[in-house]
Amino acid sequence: MNARLTAATAKRVLLQLRADKRTIAMMLVLPLLLLTLLWWMFGDTPDPATGMPLFDPLGARLMGLFPMLLMFIITSVATLRERTSGTMERLMASPMRRGDVVLGYALAFGLVAIVQGTLLVLYSVYVLSLDVAGPVWGLVLVIVLDALLGTALGLAASSLARTEFQAVQMMPVVLLPQLLIAGLFMAREDMPDVLYWISTVLPLSYSIDAINDILADNVAGIWPEVTILVGFIVGALVLGVTTLRRRTA
Amino acid sequence: MENNAIEITGLRVVRGSKEVLHDLSLTVPRGAVVGLLGPSGGGKSTLMRSIVGAQIIAGGDVKVFGIEAGTAPLRHRVGYVTQAPSVYGDLTVRQNLAYFGALVGADADNVTHTISSVGLADQADQIVGTLSGGQLSRVSLAAAILGRPDLLVLDEPTVGLDPALRDDLWKLFRHFAEGGTTLLVSSHVMDEATRCDRLLFLREGRILADGTLEEITAETGTTDAESAFLALARGKEAA
Repeated sequence: MNARLTAATAKRVLLQLRADKRTIAMMLVLPLLLLTLLWWMFGDTPDPATGMPLFDPLGARLMGLFPMLLMFIITSVATLRERTSGTMERLMASPMRRGDVVLGYALAFGLVAIVQGTLLVLYSVYVLSLDVAGPVWGLVLVIVLDALLGTALGLAASSLARTEFQAVQMMPVVLLPQLLIAGLFMAREDMPDVLYWISTVLPLSYSIDAINDILADNVAGIWPEVTILVGFIVGALVLGVTTLRRRTA
Repeated sequence: MENNAIEITGLRVVRGSKEVLHDLSLTVPRGAVVGLLGPSGGGKSTLMRSIVGAQIIAGGDVKVFGIEAGTAPLRHRVGYVTQAPSVYGDLTVRQNLAYFGALVGADADNVTHTISSVGLADQADQIVGTLSGGQLSRVSLAAAILGRPDLLVLDEPTVGLDPALRDDLWKLFRHFAEGGTTLLVSSHVMDEATRCDRLLFLREGRILADGTLEEITAETGTTDAESAFLALARGKEAA
């Protein structure tokens, strides 16, 4: 791995992003609008258990999904475009190593993910008055990890896909099952055993577990989940590097 | 020092279920401009991809400067321009070249100089996606020559260009060759044969001829590349 080549790639990806105002708006503003919709629906509805607005637990648990989804699509399509345009073949014939390409992308989009996740949490807490018992920084940490996870999974998916169409198809395959059984609709402990075991290998489960800890003001409890999320991110990046091929048929 | 830039023995490439290069052997001498001529679908791009190490090969041996093709020590010595211009359409000419330059250690002066050498000084800060086809392929070419590679592999670099520009580019290629660079240039336009030191005729995955234009025309009793190619292709079919 070469830090100079990785940095040059990250800079180039960010320059491309800067030229694409629509994508920037999509990544930064769309999650805020979606959470506003949720607030509009549940902001005044009391949670029967606590009497607090239903928006608090619902918003906190759903929040991570939007950055993850958006980063997944944008990252996977951007890297696939690189492959279909022939520039990837050129990079692979250059002194660049495979890790430099993947890490360059991960750095550039990771930076966006950090801005996106932080902005989303701050907006929810200070504009939409989302109230969690635990500290706000804990929520920022988990949501940013969700966005980074979306980036890493998008990079991995794009190395497995052959066309942009296939990359977009990966999204429902990778993300929708997680949406259903990661603990959003039913606590994981209450699910049938088989589904519970499946949910233990899905990264979103740990994100929601961590958010549940924060909701219960048990911030010390998030570290195992944070560690597992970081593990998934690193694993997806490694998969992205190893499946990138220098030679193709 | 080896005298040959490229040495290929028994190269076979299979794509899908079809063998597209059949037991190909050839050499390209150092410092020469070698034209790879033949119809499209004949295997020119596949051969070039094998030389830069982008192609999965089914058999045989491809060596560049005595080293196995596509391996790490060669990557800063070989410049490759694919047939479709492979540059970033959403960046300016200068941003594109600054990035490709960073990969091979070329500085800002080198980038500026290279932009002028392909005649794009006036378009340096224009977004690549808004350039004409000919300008686009010159950006792609510029990206490959930034690192002053020892071998340049150019896949149809002059296709669709206006004749004056084509002439400029061939002069540029000649200039590189005089500086010691080896060039392998593919074309399906036979009249570009006169620009090359040596020719390789490639048809249906086989080499029809390998030599200078004089040698090939003398051998076939013809006067130009087009009729020499025809004679060789017909001879093959008759045999």
